[in-house]
Amino acid sequence: MASIKTQFEIPGKMKTWSYALIGVGLVALIAGLVIKGFSSDEHEQTIFWGTLMYNTIFWTLVCNASMFFICVTTLAMGGWQQSFRRIPEAISTMVPIFGAITFAVLIYVVVGHKHHIYHWLDSEAVANDPILKGKAGFLNPVFFIVWTTLTIGLWSILGWRMRQISSEADEAPMDAEKGASYIWRNTIRAALFTVWFALTVGSTIPWLWMMSIDAHWYSTMYSWYTFASSFVSGMSLVALWVIYLKNKGYLELTSQEHLHDIGKFMFAFSIFWTYLWFSQYMLIWYANIPEETVYFKHRVQGPYKGIFFLNLIINFLCPLLILMKRSAKRNYTLVTFMAVLIIFGHWIDFYQMIMGSLSKEHVTLGWLDFGILSLFVGMMILGVGKALTKKPLVPKYHPFLKESVIHQV
Amino acid sequence: MAKKKFVVGCFDDEAVLFPAVKKVRTSGYKIHDVYTPFAVHGLDHALGLRETSLHTAGFIYGITGTTTALSCISWIFTRDWPLNIGGKPHFALPAWVPIMFELTVLFAAVGMVLTFCYLCQLAPFVKKHHFHPRATDDLFVMVIECTDKTNTDDLKAFLTSNGAVETDVQVAEDGWWLGRYDKDEMPFENKEIVAA
Repeated sequence: MASIKTQFEIPGKMKTWSYALIGVGLVALIAGLVIKGFSSDEHEQTIFWGTLMYNTIFWTLVCNASMFFICVTTLAMGGWQQSFRRIPEAISTMVPIFGAITFAVLIYVVVGHKHHIYHWLDSEAVANDPILKGKAGFLNPVFFIVWTTLTIGLWSILGWRMRQISSEADEAPMDAEKGASYIWRNTIRAALFTVWFALTVGSTIPWLWMMSIDAHWYSTMYSWYTFASSFVSGMSLVALWVIYLKNKGYLELTSQEHLHDIGKFMFAFSIFWTYLWFSQYMLIWYANIPEETVYFKHRVQGPYKGIFFLNLIINFLCPLLILMKRSAKRNYTLVTFMAVLIIFGHWIDFYQMIMGSLSKEHVTLGWLDFGILSLFVGMMILGVGKALTKKPLVPKYHPFLKESVIHQV
Repeated sequence: MAKKKFVVGCFDDEAVLFPAVKKVRTSGYKIHDVYTPFAVHGLDHALGLRETSLHTAGFIYGITGTTTALSCISWIFTRDWPLNIGGKPHFALPAWVPIMFELTVLFAAVGMVLTFCYLCQLAPFVKKHHFHPRATDDLFVMVIECTDKTNTDDLKAFLTSNGAVETDVQVAEDGWWLGRYDKDEMPFENKEIVAA
């Protein structure tokens, strides 16, 4: 294996680009803070904090999806992901960083009593509202802060423990006994993360962070919908990094066969996302109960109409028709295009999920949104690039590595 | 249906089979098929088989199903027998999506199973010629089609030299409805064909 390049070095161009994106983002952030954040208009403030919220939550969940991918493939005794597993690992190192930013934004919103964002913060309104009173055990500042701290903290710690044990595969060859115990310890740590992931992303966290913006409304599909959104974008992000590193001459053990399987994840979870999108929409459309249709009223018939259906076209029709063919999933250019499109599509999806509830009369998509997006993309590129340099790109003594090398679809 | 002569070589190891397939092909013999107890990864590439077009057929069956569902329901509910259901518009697309989806899956699934049976020449009451019963157990059975010029003894020796543990020559029907029950060829009378 001596001939294989396993040590990633950040190219100068990547650094320049990420600093430029961060620079643009910082300018947008400061301008946004001055123009909207400190504005005397409550609505402008809401838009500023809402923009920060959906971007931070989106990028934290997308990066966390990488760790989820590693954990579920570990639990399934998967071997095929070993040759590129250091990439999702590197992406997941962004969870503590983006998590801390999310934490700061959310805590500011709750402690700063932004009741235009979270209506349940207004204790006077809650006292006179039987529905909010009934939800008060879940939707209250103390529970919000404790659960958010626990969630982000445990994502970071359990993810860090998975990355820790992954490094053992770089040290020395393992015999059968040592390999078996290594796999077993991997399984335990992956199981812990997956259980915590199910309790947070799979259920409570989307309710708490996003669905509670519409404090009266609820949907049991919401968390799965958010999970599907973040997981399919997470797989697209992994695909982008794999293709980037392949282009730079790394990852010689990763081939079209692996890309094909990543492409399958992108395809399958786009369909899964649509299934949840439709199930949520159709039941509410069919029952036509005002308490439920309130969520879709301004999205389907109001100012968000365009974005709402664009969302469906980008995230369902395009992956369905373009990624369906086997040859498309094995084509680097097409997968790159689709990955960018899917990440953008789900970013728009998060936009309409949060901003659609905060600014019901006007679509505010503009310089601030794209500025903050560029800030996060820049941070992600720089952070993941740096994390990739810290470990060899191939876990060369991992017991399942050979399975990945001979992987064939 | 025309009968053909086949030389059959049996291998007991994947690792021996692959180089043998390569050698047989480069020597210019035509491999009819390789029967294996389980799906062997990469064997289709080694045999030089083209990619199946079953999935293209599946796609066409699928969109046929979608179109059938959409055109039927929309005709029924907007033209033939419009009903007021819960005050919904007659053209109630969201309510139809599950049915469109189901018919897509149904058409694609049934169509692909039938196509698969057609391609593999499988049907009820059709008897297939087995080149070796242990192909379903632990042997990899390579079947080579013979021409008029093929020297079967040479070929058998060639297979043995490439690691075949067992070789023989068989005559079987080739092509559509391979080995079906014919009036003049009942299965219990087939013994001499296997022995030939």
